[in-house]
Amino acid sequence: MKYTVDKTGYYGNFGGAYIPEMLYPNIEELRESYLSIIDSKEFEQQFNALLKDYVGRPTPLFKAERLSDKYGAHIYLKREDLCHTGAHKVNNTIGQIILAKKLGKQKIIAETGAGQHGVATATVCALMGMECVVYMGKVDMERQKPNVERMRILGATVQPATSGSQTLKDATNEAMRHWINNPTDTHYIIGSVVGPHPYPDMVARFQAVISEEIKFQLLEQTGSELPNYVLACVGGGSNAAGAFYHYLDKEEVHLVAVEAAGLGVASGESAATTALGKPGVLHGSKTLLMQTQDGQVVEPYSISAGLDYPGIGPMHAHLFDVGRVKFLNATDEEAMKAGIELSRLEGIIPAIETAHAFAALKQLNLGQNDVVVINLSGRGDKDLDTYIRWGKY
Amino acid sequence: MHRINQLFENKKDRILSVYYSAGFPALNNTLDIAIWLEKAGADMIEIGIPFSDPLADGPTIQESNKVALDNGMTLDLLFNQIKELRSKVTVPVILMGYINPVIQYGIGRFCQSCEDVGVDGLILPDLPMSEYISEYQDKFTDHGIKNIFLITPQTSDERIREVDARSNSFIYMVSTSSTTGAKDSFGEVQASYFERVRSLNLNNPTLVGFGISNKVTFGQACAHSNGAIIGSAFIKVLGSSDNLESDILQFVKSIKA
Ligand SMILES: Cc1ncc(COP(=O)(O)O)c(C=O)c1O
Repeated sequence: MKYTVDKTGYYGNFGGAYIPEMLYPNIEELRESYLSIIDSKEFEQQFNALLKDYVGRPTPLFKAERLSDKYGAHIYLKREDLCHTGAHKVNNTIGQIILAKKLGKQKIIAETGAGQHGVATATVCALMGMECVVYMGKVDMERQKPNVERMRILGATVQPATSGSQTLKDATNEAMRHWINNPTDTHYIIGSVVGPHPYPDMVARFQAVISEEIKFQLLEQTGSELPNYVLACVGGGSNAAGAFYHYLDKEEVHLVAVEAAGLGVASGESAATTALGKPGVLHGSKTLLMQTQDGQVVEPYSISAGLDYPGIGPMHAHLFDVGRVKFLNATDEEAMKAGIELSRLEGIIPAIETAHAFAALKQLNLGQNDVVVINLSGRGDKDLDTYIRWGKY
Repeated sequence: MHRINQLFENKKDRILSVYYSAGFPALNNTLDIAIWLEKAGADMIEIGIPFSDPLADGPTIQESNKVALDNGMTLDLLFNQIKELRSKVTVPVILMGYINPVIQYGIGRFCQSCEDVGVDGLILPDLPMSEYISEYQDKFTDHGIKNIFLITPQTSDERIREVDARSNSFIYMVSTSSTTGAKDSFGEVQASYFERVRSLNLNNPTLVGFGISNKVTFGQACAHSNGAIIGSAFIKVLGSSDNLESDILQFVKSIKA
């Protein structure tokens, strides 16, 4: 496949494993074993069985008739919001926890922004009887309270990250530091297609089930497995990676990623990485990164905790670089309106992260016959506070 | 002879290297601290390039990075502050920092600036060996800059030998599997790790870093290596000092006593 990772862990100019020596043995162990573990029959059986019976896959592909009417195209929703725990994140945590078991690890750590990945990690840890510590920015703990309590109910310890902007970036720093201090018995379940190689590839493979299902579901419903557009929001980029994965080499399919513009791309309060970033190194990979001229990472901003990250996965940086994926962005206001619109037209309250993807519909020049798949990455239950505070419904 | 090699030629044990963050506690302390450290008897000086996301650092150095950045520290400014370094300081000076600010500064320009001001070596913890070899090694060598690699208790013998083969100054032995930060003592794990490394009979000398905080830990580290590196414990002194020059003198004396 043309756009997937090469043997050295790079996607074009992006990727690699920029990690301190303290993490080298861990990353090396993963790099050497992840493919043989994932490709084994035993893993595949366990992974597929859990996705089916525990997560509830395949998730439906739903033709959104009223939304289609409104935008003058055939719009299909990939219902990742119906996954157990309410978002696509669990596809990855199921995969990684089986892998962690195979590697003989006893403890799990994770970072989380919106709390969806934290909940998905806490969930699989409960399922597998493993100890779980989740790092979460203090600011995010406040804006995603229900998820903090969900993690605690599931038996996880939630550690507030109090450095920097106290959001996803800082939670990731803290998780990596924890791993440096506990290298042998602990596996770090990264929640998106970020981090040192092989994480971006590994997470993309676990999420690829999304586009695998879209292909056969679309074939069933429309007679062709190829849509004209696939849309997904991008924080680190895992739900987008999953929704794009099996379409990457089908150049006739337009792939559209939607970033969070916060208060506006030029406002100084934004998380639109491709619009504002330059190549740099953060959290173990070379990628596009919002930073000052001096190379200090800029504190991003978005109303949605899950998109409030100053980088994107290296695979997306490459897809942007070579023009395979079109990157758009949506502001807080546009996303909130799109979230309300979806609620009213289809009876689905999306996560605010996901609402960004819907906000980009207006920016596409859709034709009447176009088939559009939007990855509905998560549901909005966790965001009720934010919806209520926003108030305009 | 290169300044770092000269140091290890002249001195075989109890070498003391001291780390601090540029621009901390006050923006313009950077050069003075180096001068005072040499005067106090430090054998080598490591100046940290502040970074917003210091992954390998514990709370003390995280905080000094943050203060330095809030003070307005930048890499440009650092080279400007140490422009006169070589008329004031004779011991080897190493810059330690994360790779992103270096990439933004421009690697060629960075090496040139290091050479111009008389920086002797670099410790870039998140620059992996493979990247170093393919992208950086030649440039460093052209500018007389030594790259210093880290090894840890988890590093295999095989990889330690690889590091040894790629090094031409000294090897930085991280004492424990941890982020930076002062510890009160070392245990058996450290002793057996130090011994394992010594028994490999490496070509390069070794300095132990991370967790060295006082005379005791300095002594334990030196028993198995050529010396040690102190960071967090020194930063703590700087952070609470009313008189930097005399406190630095005091601190170095207390370690070497
Ligand atoms: C529902 C939902 N969608 C999207 C994201 C963004 O992550 P990614 O870009 O990795 O899909 C999150 C992250 O928390 C999320 O909860």
